[in-house]
Order: sequence, then structure tokens, then C-alpha cells
Amino acid sequence: MTDLTDLGIAAIRDGVRAGSFSAREVADAFITKVSRAKALNAFLVETPDHALAAAKSADDARAAGEALKPLAGVPIGMKDLFCTAGVATTAASHILEGFVPPYESTVSQKLWDAGAGMLGKLNMDQFAMGSSNETSAFGDVISPWRRADGSNAALAPGGSSGGSSAAVAARLCAGATGTDTGGSIRQPAAFTGISGIKPTYGRCSRWGTIAFASSLDQAGPIARDVRDCAIMLAAMAGYDAKDATSLKLDVPAWEAGLNPSMAGKRVGIPREYRVDGGPAEIDALWQQGIDWLRDAGAEIVEVSLPHTKYALPAYYIIAPAEASSNLARYDGVRYGLRDLPEGAGLQDMYAATRADGFGAEVKRRIMIGTYVLSAGFYDAYYTQAQKVRTLIARDFEAAWEKCDVLLTPTAPSAAFALGEKSADPLAMYLNDVFTVPSSLAGLPAMSVPGGVDAAGLPLGLQIIGRALDEQGVLNAGLALEQRAGFTARPEAWW
Amino acid sequence: MPVDIPTVKRIASLARLAITDEEAGRLAPELDNLMSWIEQLGEVDTSGVEPMTTVIPNQLRLRDDVVDADPLTGGGIRDRLMANAPQGEHGFFTVPKVIE
Amino acid sequence: MVTTSDYRVKGTTGEWEVVIGLEVHAQVTSNAKLFSGAATAFGAEPNTQVSLVDAAMPGMLPVPNRECIRQAVRTGMAIDAAINRWSQFDRKNYFYADLPQGYQISQLYHPLVGEGHLDVVPDDKDPGTTKRIGVERIHVEQDAGKLMHDQHPTRSYVDLNRSGVALMEIVSRPDMASPAEAGAYLTKLRSILRYVGSCDGNMDQGSMRADVNVSVRKPGPITKEHPLGTRTETKNVNSIRFVMQAIEHEAKRQVAVLEEGGRIVQETRLFDPDRGVTRSMRSKEDAQDYRYFPDPDLLPLELDEAFLDECRASLPELPDAKRVRYEAAGVTPYNAGVLTAEVETARWFDALLTAGAPAGPASNWVTGELFGALNRLGLGIGDSPVTPPCAAELLALVADGTLSGSLAKQVFEVMLDTGEAPGAIVEARGLKQTSDTGAIEAVIAEVLAKNPGQLEQYRAGKVALFGFFVGQTMKAMGGKANPGVVNDLLKQALG
Ligand SMILES: [Mg+2]
Ligand SMILES: [Zn+2]
Repeated sequence: MTDLTDLGIAAIRDGVRAGSFSAREVADAFITKVSRAKALNAFLVETPDHALAAAKSADDARAAGEALKPLAGVPIGMKDLFCTAGVATTAASHILEGFVPPYESTVSQKLWDAGAGMLGKLNMDQFAMGSSNETSAFGDVISPWRRADGSNAALAPGGSSGGSSAAVAARLCAGATGTDTGGSIRQPAAFTGISGIKPTYGRCSRWGTIAFASSLDQAGPIARDVRDCAIMLAAMAGYDAKDATSLKLDVPAWEAGLNPSMAGKRVGIPREYRVDGGPAEIDALWQQGIDWLRDAGAEIVEVSLPHTKYALPAYYIIAPAEASSNLARYDGVRYGLRDLPEGAGLQDMYAATRADGFGAEVKRRIMIGTYVLSAGFYDAYYTQAQKVRTLIARDFEAAWEKCDVLLTPTAPSAAFALGEKSADPLAMYLNDVFTVPSSLAGLPAMSVPGGVDAAGLPLGLQIIGRALDEQGVLNAGLALEQRAGFTARPEAWW
Repeated sequence: MPVDIPTVKRIASLARLAITDEEAGRLAPELDNLMSWIEQLGEVDTSGVEPMTTVIPNQLRLRDDVVDADPLTGGGIRDRLMANAPQGEHGFFTVPKVIE
Repeated sequence: MVTTSDYRVKGTTGEWEVVIGLEVHAQVTSNAKLFSGAATAFGAEPNTQVSLVDAAMPGMLPVPNRECIRQAVRTGMAIDAAINRWSQFDRKNYFYADLPQGYQISQLYHPLVGEGHLDVVPDDKDPGTTKRIGVERIHVEQDAGKLMHDQHPTRSYVDLNRSGVALMEIVSRPDMASPAEAGAYLTKLRSILRYVGSCDGNMDQGSMRADVNVSVRKPGPITKEHPLGTRTETKNVNSIRFVMQAIEHEAKRQVAVLEEGGRIVQETRLFDPDRGVTRSMRSKEDAQDYRYFPDPDLLPLELDEAFLDECRASLPELPDAKRVRYEAAGVTPYNAGVLTAEVETARWFDALLTAGAPAGPASNWVTGELFGALNRLGLGIGDSPVTPPCAAELLALVADGTLSGSLAKQVFEVMLDTGEAPGAIVEARGLKQTSDTGAIEAVIAEVLAKNPGQLEQYRAGKVALFGFFVGQTMKAMGGKANPGVVNDLLKQALG
């Protein structure tokens, strides 16, 4: 019998429907895997009862001859940024340690309503700030991947959804939720050889998801392949009256619409994404991707996104500015950590609580955000950044005159070793250079694995689409996936 | 404008982050470095460009004036609301006494 | 029509004029809060009207309440203000225990309502003279929660029931020059808010409170060489009387400081109602730097024509228009001012006119008889036992001669007691005035017969006794005789 944890979302769904195995068997298999993978530090909380209850519902429904829900019997992992009723939710921070939300985020509720079960809460970069999962208050997530050179260096699973990428890559769950503010779904997916999609801003409700930067945050799935992403995204997306930025649109039937033919499609190659001095393997893979899409029937066109260079600095004004304000609520009054030094007044309590409760990277971004919004600097930084953001969005608009989707590398390198970049914030920030522009413009974008580097580590290709054209993105991703035939997976060492 | 130690201390105080002299000393050059990288944005000619206000074309929808229409955004949930409070009594959250 | 105030503070170096601007926070009348579905009712148990959104739980998001926007727009329209079809919510960032989010959602850069104005009457005794006060803007924002400091020796208590309730901040131009003008502005503003129905104006419950900006300067036109003085802001004053006291005290204090060679610091002050003085608030450790920026959880607020049309169409007749209409119908300017000052009075008076009462006599009766009675009974006009149709009937009975003035007073007392209609009271108690000449002549004959001495004196030329005979006749008729008829018949009988 096959190992059920080798199956992805579609295979589990279909197998449970067909009665090839029970949802209970699937849940048991994943629960066991999770319990044995502590070395990865991917899970902050394990919730086997939740997964088992969902499995029972699926099996009972099948026994009763009822129609099964879209994700019946599928066990997933939940990034710890999503508030889950009765289950500790910390955003991997000390300041929220012990916080048990009395409410369920819209995205997680939709997944449970679709029949999915939760295996646990996934580790992440603290408050989703980071690209390596080293900013968690509960320890680094270790990538299941290792370099083929025999070194046992612990590698970064990417971030901020590093627990999600590690868990899916290590077959600890069939799929996982992620959130993407500047690349936090796509970069970890690329680092761990799996797929992930950030939908158009407004597709997934932000209600109940702990905010990092409100104008950028979007939830999305991290899963084994493009089809699984399509299935899971459909369950997560949809209008929510509780989020004023939610798009009031029906959720398209993305899975049914999957089509790997690129005939009649134009694929844009943005020339500004070529980085001088970057690893040759990244360029080679990009070229490979171009060839694959051409092979799928696409016409390849060169396009220009002239303000690309300014996306990252604009992002590092806008995201920290929003974060500095969004994180003001963590003050030790209504929930979470309270640090009250002897004789401290209210304001001292705030300062002590926040100094103790936030990690170094979170504090760094709060400082940047507070600085750029402070008196005398607002226009030069924040207003200028939002104007540049307008120009970046216009760049994409102009590109859509010439093409239907854009193809780029997902990240400028393969996974780096833990500790390798953590001392240099700027070097870490530069990791998001290819993912941030589409985040600033709110566009759908996904990463699919394309190949491996010389050390055997996965490399990802990114597809960026027009607003609301997740279908176009998924289809191009599928065309790449079919041609890449990516089958590499990490050897279990944990 | 260089980010110096007094600036770091002022910003930390504004952000309510207690900070030691040693931390301020370490953060100042680091933030200064980041800010000078960010400052390249000043090169971009943005005259006549409106700052972005809506990422994706969308309308701000307004809610009907109905109390507790959705239990998730309504009141009357004091017990659940205060379940995570570090300190509270008689139905109030409590904080160190504030002298106005 | 426009006057400049001659209010001056007398100092040792001469006279000073006062420059006053008011920022009024008015709670918008709505069932639910500005950005959540929690209730807004006053006086609930602590923290029982608080949603996850109001407590700023992680992941919570604001969604604006249409009614709050609508009421602010209608208020703007009522003061002839420009309504901005495109506005935005901004975050005002600061840390305080009554502010769960760590920021207040407000509007700085693009407020909902722009420039407008109010015409006020600074002096009641001179109702014809008005002064125009500019309103710079009205924006919509969240209220904060409430802190209580006297419940515990070392702790302050936090109640978030008010947290997130919608406020309109109505910012005047610094166009007022005396406590009386500020008082008149607040009175008029409150009146308009109540007419519009956008705020109940109950200052004692905190639904309306004012930040009072005051500066002083030597009289004279404002020029570069002779600019405005430095102002102070006295926060959250919660009665019109206190606002006037605060201005008076603050102006005198500033004059004293300046005349002693001191400088006025731009600062926030508090008004102490027990002592009638303002005092400096403990200065914040860091200068206020609110780091305003557009709230990224909310899109720009764009209003369409249909929305604005509905706002406009649903506005009631406002006090200035009513006043003009009453005066045209024969009400004195003074009475018109009194009758339109409060919307409840005006509504009552309008109902009285609708029931057919003539405006002039009706206005005298309402401001005289009715107000006197209600005052005596300690009732507001909304609780009047006499309804407008009954009052109209009473006035009609006087007009057609059925009731004399004194009979009408008797009937009115019964109406106040029982709430019955005057016609029914007149019937049941036989209080009808009579003009039956036969009956009156018979009584006169009796009176003359009973008072031969007075009759003789009258006939001897003491004509002042005529009144005596009128009184005796009226008394004998139980007050029900028509006084005009009595006069005529007495004259005949006395020759
Ligand atoms: Mg103010
Ligand atoms: Zn205000």
C-alpha cells in the first residue's frame, strides 16, 4: 500500500471519495508523520483531534451516502498567523504567547467549512517579518532539504511561511496556508521545491489573520503542485463583508479551468529582473522556463518594468509604516504579554512589554515604520513611496498591453543556510527582490519548482498575472510544471 | 539625514519600545544604513503622480446600522473578550494607575 | 447684520481682545458603532458593548457604518458646507489605555465635510443681529474608551463601551470674540444637530463636548506685524456654561501672563468646573507626533449622487428657515427665536399651526401660558399633557368668544391636569361664556338693586365705580359672562 502522506490534496480528495482509503487512515498517517518530525520545528501546536474530527465527518458523510465537501478528508497545516478559535495563536511571537483566540479567521473557517482538518499551527517568521524563518520566537524552522555536498548545514525553508513550506515539502501535511506580504508564500515554496500562489489582493479575506502590512497581506495556499493550489485557493477565497478591502466577486472554478496549453498566450520577460552578478543557475533556469512556455505554445515577448529597482525600497517604507501602526495594539492591556517593572506607570509598561515581547526584526521594522511616518519625514518617505507604488502598478499595466503573464525567477538564489544572512538585514531584504513588485501592485503570482541547483537544492519560477487572472497564472504554472517534471524531494533525515 | 543615537532613542520612545544605550548604539548605524538605501527613492520623479490609495480597483462598502448583525463583529461578549486579559476585575480591564 | 464684538479683557496695559475657535466632538446618533456592530447605548455595564473589533483583537478589521457617514453628511449640508465626495480615513497613532488599537481612525488629510458656516445670535435681547461663524471642516472619527481612576488604589479601570462610537469633529474658524459668541455658537450648533437628528446634544452624557482654543491680542486688524497670539487648547469641556467660563478664565490668565512679561505656551489645558479655572495638563514626555497616514484597512470613501440626494432630501426645515416663516406669519422676532431654538419646541409649535391655530396669538400663548405651566410642572415640551390639537381648540374657543381669558385659564388648568380636550371640559363643567343679554340684564338688575349706595355715588359722578359693577356682575355670573356684552349692558343700565 502506498504511503498516504505521499498524496497531495487532489489525490486524497479523490481517494476518499472513491473509498480507496478512509479519511481516518489519511489523518492517522499525517498525524504520525507530524509527531515524528519535531526536528524540523515546523509545528508550534499539534491539533490531531481537529484533524481526526474532520476525518470522521468525511467518513460519516461517505457512509451515509452524502455528497462529500471539496476538501473532505484533507488534512492541512495552518500558518500561525491565522486566528483559530480555542487554539493558541501567536504569530510566532513572545508577545502573543498563550493567546487563545475566541474567534476563527475567515480563511481558516472557510477551509473547515470545505471539510479540511487541521494538523496543527505552523511556525513562521515572527509577525510574518522575515525571509528565512529565523525571526520566530520559538526557534528556526529547519528546511527538510540538505545540500547534496554531504554537508549537514541547516538550511532556511524560506519565510515568512517557512513552517508551511517545510511541512508540505516534508510531507507532514497535504497542503498548508501561507500569507504573502512581499513574497512570503512564493519564496518559501521556491526554497522547498513546492508550489504556492498569492492571489489578487482582496481575494482572500484578511479578517482574523494577524496583520503585518494591511495593504499588502494576502493569504494563499502552499501545496505540492498547481492543481492542489487551485483546489485549496478556491476554498480559501471569497467575499467577506467583515473585510472592507475584500473583493465582492464570485470565486472562479480554477481547478476545472486548468489548461496547460499556452497557445495564443504571450509571456512577458521583464528585462529589469536580470540581476548582474546573480547565480548563473538562476539565469539558466529562467531561460529553461522561457523555452518550456514557448514549447507550450506561448509567444515570448520582452517587456520593461522600469521602476522595478525602486520596488524594494518602497516596500521597506510602506510595509514597516503599516506594521508600526498595526502592531501598536500589542500593549499588554487586553491580551498577550504584560511586562510591568516595579513601580512602572502605564507608558513604561507599554515600553517594557513591547521591548520584551517583540523580536529584533519586528522591532527593527517598527522603528523604520515609526521613523518614516514621524513629523517632517512623512512626505519624503511615505507619500513618495506610495507615488512610486503607483508608478510600479503603471509599469505592470503597460506590460499587460504586450503580454498576458510574466515569467521571472522567484528568488535570486536557492535556499541559504540558517545564520548566513541573519546578521545583515539588507542582504535578507534583497531576497524578496523578484516577489515584492507584484505585491505592491496587488497582482496574483505563484511559484512553481523548475529544477535544482548544483547542490541539488530546488529553484522556483514565478508567474505574475493580471489582477483577478489567477486562472492565467495557474495555467502557465501548470505548463511549466508539466515540462519541468520536477520530482526531487528531500530525503527524510528528521 | 543620518540616523544617530538620539534619533533612535526618540523613535523608540515614540514606538514605546524600551531601549538600552547599548541597543541604541547598535541600532543607529544599522538603521542609518537601511535608511540611506531607502533614500534612493528620492531619485524617482513623481511629480504629477498620485499616491496609491487602492491597490486593486474596489469600492469602500458601507455597513447597515444594525446592532450585533454579525456575532463576530457585535458586542455582548465580555467573557470571551476578557478571557485573555493579563489583568482585570469587575468587568474592567485594569492598568497601572494613570495620573492625568 | 455682521457685528464685531466689543468684548474686551481689561488689563493694566489697556484692553485686549480674545480670539476663540471651537472643536466640537459630537457623538453621531446611530445604533451601532462606526466600525463595528456593537451597540452605542449610554450607561451599559462595562465592556458589554464591545466587539472584537473595538477591543483591537489580533486580525480585526473596521467596516464603516453607513448611517454614521450619512448623518455627518446631513450635518454638513445643514451648515451649508461643501461635501467631499472623495474622503479618506487616516490613523492617528498614539498610545493610551483608552485606545485599544494604538491609533484612532480619524480624518486628517481628506475630511468628509469641508467649509461651512453658522449664523448665530450673540445677544438674546437683540435677535435681529447675527454673526456668521465659519466652520472649517467636519470629519468622522472613533471615540476612545473610558478610564476610571478612583476605583482602586493602584490601578485604573478600562471600559471600552465608548471605544469606536462615531464622533463628528466640527472645527470652527477662530471667528468668535467673546464668551457670549462662543456660547451662542454652541447653542446654535446643538440646535442644528438636534434638528438634523445627527446628535442628541446631551452634553452631560458626553455626547457633545468642546475643545476650546483661546488666544488674546491687542485690538486691531490682523497683520503680519500684529498677528494672532499663541493659543492654548482646553480639552473636553462638557457644558456651554463651562465653555464660557473657561474662555473668560483663560483669557484673563493669558492677559496676566503677558502683562507680566511672560509668554503663552501652546499647550493643552483642562477646565476645573469646581473652581472655574483652567490648568495645564501634565506635559507628555514626548512631543505629540501622531504619525497620521491613510488607514490601509479602509479604501477611500466615495459618495455617489444618489446617496447625497437622499441626505439632502431627508433634511428637515432648519431653524433659520423656520424663523423666517414664523415671522412672516406674524410671530415677533423674539418669539420666533424662542420657538425655533429647540427642535422639540418648533415641532410642537408647527403641529399647533397645522391644527389651525393662528401664528401670532398661538406664539404668545405658547411662550407665555404653556411655557409658564410646563416650567411650574417641571416638564419639557415633549411631555406636555396638552397636545397641539387640544391647544389649537382652546385658542379657537377664545377667538370665537366661547371662552373669556379667565375662563380659558380655568380650562387650561383642567387640561394640564387631565389631558382632556377643552371642548369636552367646557361642556362637562358648564364653563361656556354667555352673551345671553336677557340673562345678563337680569343679573345687572340684581346687582344694582343690591348696591344702592354705590349706584347713588356713581350717578353723582363717581364714574370710577363702573369697574365695581362690572366685577360684581361677572362674579355673580361665575365668570362666564362675555365681558364686552356686560360692559355694553351696564352702560345702558346705568344711563
Ligand atoms: Mg482637538
Ligand atoms: Zn477629534
